Amino acid sequence: MHPNRQPRTRSPLILAASALAALVAIGGCSKSATDPNVRAGDLPVDAAFGKKLQEQLLDAKPGSVIEIPAGHYHLDRGLSLRVNGVTIRGAGMEQTILSFRDQVAGPEGLLAQASDFTIEGLTIEDTKGDALKINSGENITIRGVRVRWTDGPKTTNGAYGLYPVKAKNVLIENSQSFGAADAGIYVGQSKNVVVRGCRAEQNVAGIEIENTIDADVHDNVATGNTGGILVFNMPNLSQPGHSTRVFHNKVDANNLGNFGAKGTAVSSVPAGSGVVINSNSLVEIFDNDVTSNVTANVIISSYFSTGYFNTKGVQPNYDPYPRGIYVHDNRFGGGGDSPDGMDLKVLKTALFGLNGHFPDVLWDGYVDPARADVAEERLCVDATASGVLNADGPHKYKDPKVVTEALRCKLAPLSPVTLAPAGAASA
Amino acid sequence: MRLNFFLAPALCLLAALASCARAPVPVDFIAQGKPEHLSEWHLLNVAEGRLALNAGVLPYDLVTPLFSDYAHKLRTVWMPKGVSATYTADKAFDFPVGTVLTKTFYYPRANGGPDAILETYDAEPGSPAAGLDLSRVRLVETRVLVRRADGWTVLPYVWNADQSEAELERTGDEKALTLVDAQGHGQKFTYVVPNENQCASCHVTNLKSGEFTPLGPKARNLNRTLAYADGTGNQIARWVKAGFLTGVPAGELPRAADWRDAGLPIADRARTYLDVNCAHCHQAGGTASNTSLRLDSLGPADWSLGLCKPSVAAGKGTGDRIHDIVPGKPDDSILPYRLASTEGGVMMPELGRSTVHREGVQLIRDWIAAMPGHCQDTTSQKD
Repeated sequence: MHPNRQPRTRSPLILAASALAALVAIGGCSKSATDPNVRAGDLPVDAAFGKKLQEQLLDAKPGSVIEIPAGHYHLDRGLSLRVNGVTIRGAGMEQTILSFRDQVAGPEGLLAQASDFTIEGLTIEDTKGDALKINSGENITIRGVRVRWTDGPKTTNGAYGLYPVKAKNVLIENSQSFGAADAGIYVGQSKNVVVRGCRAEQNVAGIEIENTIDADVHDNVATGNTGGILVFNMPNLSQPGHSTRVFHNKVDANNLGNFGAKGTAVSSVPAGSGVVINSNSLVEIFDNDVTSNVTANVIISSYFSTGYFNTKGVQPNYDPYPRGIYVHDNRFGGGGDSPDGMDLKVLKTALFGLNGHFPDVLWDGYVDPARADVAEERLCVDATASGVLNADGPHKYKDPKVVTEALRCKLAPLSPVTLAPAGAASA
Repeated sequence: MRLNFFLAPALCLLAALASCARAPVPVDFIAQGKPEHLSEWHLLNVAEGRLALNAGVLPYDLVTPLFSDYAHKLRTVWMPKGVSATYTADKAFDFPVGTVLTKTFYYPRANGGPDAILETYDAEPGSPAAGLDLSRVRLVETRVLVRRADGWTVLPYVWNADQSEAELERTGDEKALTLVDAQGHGQKFTYVVPNENQCASCHVTNLKSGEFTPLGPKARNLNRTLAYADGTGNQIARWVKAGFLTGVPAGELPRAADWRDAGLPIADRARTYLDVNCAHCHQAGGTASNTSLRLDSLGPADWSLGLCKPSVAAGKGTGDRIHDIVPGKPDDSILPYRLASTEGGVMMPELGRSTVHREGVQLIRDWIAAMPGHCQDTTSQKD
């Protein structure tokens, strides 16, 4: 017997069945890879592949690398990982595609509850719920991962694309999201976060940093979303966020009609919003190209403007005011010329005429009356922006006015985020 | 003489066989590994058309159970001699190494083939003490929870078609079943057997510790009577008598509300229902703590229970509603909307069911409808 040949211990029937399954799998891959008209939904569910992959995730040990070869795989159950120190690696986002089009259980595509976790080089598409959720854990790397909903923007798409929450030391780089019904690339309730080199398109929120402390969002492209890059603080959560730098991004033409379900925070974002700060503190927005966002290139707002505030349902110690926001040295172009919603349209026309446009920064005007004079908590906007409109939200928009000159102040720059070296936090 | 010579050993053999049938192999604590077959545990025996409990295995039931697609559940507890669980007031009892819990999911059969099953609360044709009549029930899966030296291990076993054995399926399974209601209407659904990680996503109730824990056997949910083979008795008293439980305090023990007992206050029934069905994730420090929605019965009845609380990460799960619970208005509340859905990304709980628990949804709706107050008291800014 050839030394490499397997001893023939399996029954011919089993052998035949598995050979058949392998043929089907290979046939499915090549079919979808070569014929762009064949979507994953037209292929049979590859149950054996899904079972084997889930088994690998169950059996993984710290240090395990789970490789998923090139192919368009069709899974009907969400995957999950609960082991620290694991890497999941595809052959590249164009090569390894996991489709969840006919998912019966999940609801995520992949749910990881693990530290020292890396996922790279694959696509997750058409999940019923969130595409890639990472719930808690430290030292999370998402690299070269694409998530998408192939029918385009729909309210029934999954909420979040790339979704680390309650995590520490998070790097999302060279990744992409298309079509999320809430936020495409979202980091929530986390600490020490870098999002760079990513692309977000056709999501309600392109990139969103929420209730997160110390985040750098740079060298990304957010285009064709409802809102491009959002930095939010929502009530009732485990921590209020602060200290986010948004720099050297391209935030262009985020004018997609808002398709988020009513009741979600992002459904309050007007179509045509470039960079949106809501109720967050210490945010520095600089060196970005922010163009052609038709409501406004930058919006600074309070939770009061979302319409969700009520005294019973919001924790009393919640801080709804944006504080210490610094917009400087950006390159703006166009935008503000066709705001979303009747109120904003009327406001724009009344102040700037039918053919006019809002200045680059639209501010709802909410200021904590007890701390209005604290220099570090001001909104400061430099002359690279065409101006700032205070919409006078606190007085029911009675007296909106351009306040450009009054906000020509400077704030101290924020420190860069330094990610802990891999494995440091778990040592 | 000669005849007797040959008869004697044959009689011995017959006697041995008979005694074998009367005294099956005792339960064994398997301290490591993952046995491929349920029968290797010797907890539940298939014999003479019945699934019966082995000697020393005690059945138990819960005051209010988790809804699992209308499945009936035969629960058992077993411990090695000489060890016992320690009573705790709020959490699952502290079980000793060697404990084995099982939960067998089954349905009474309906007319219409092996995959047709009845939607009913009537426990017949099974009873915890007498076991199950296999000609009249469809067995689906048996989950084994075993407490080993390094913590709890979960092993999901799926029953074969002739109900003679259940095989380990670590990655779970799917069964296409048809649930037939009292009017004879059939509803096709996919019963999903969870994989090991999905088991953990409910049984690990604290994200930080990552500790796996049983969910059902808590004092408040065990504190009820059960019909045992030798008479009816209180379960906690029986556990003590069997040597399975120590440290039970004197006096009245906590007792959860029976969600189906219309004689109890609706708030108690609803809070217990949410506690059992949702709180394994929705509790302080739980998997869903990122939503800040806390549905355990020990939590306060304020925004954290969902009262007037805006959604956090619901996505399409809001159903275009603003608040988790709007007092007096179940149709405006997110909570019953998600309980009434079977769509992935909308439905809650997100694991463990493929059908709607109509009676459970109705209970939550009635509870919300009876709540006083509103969510209108908004103020735009404190001046």
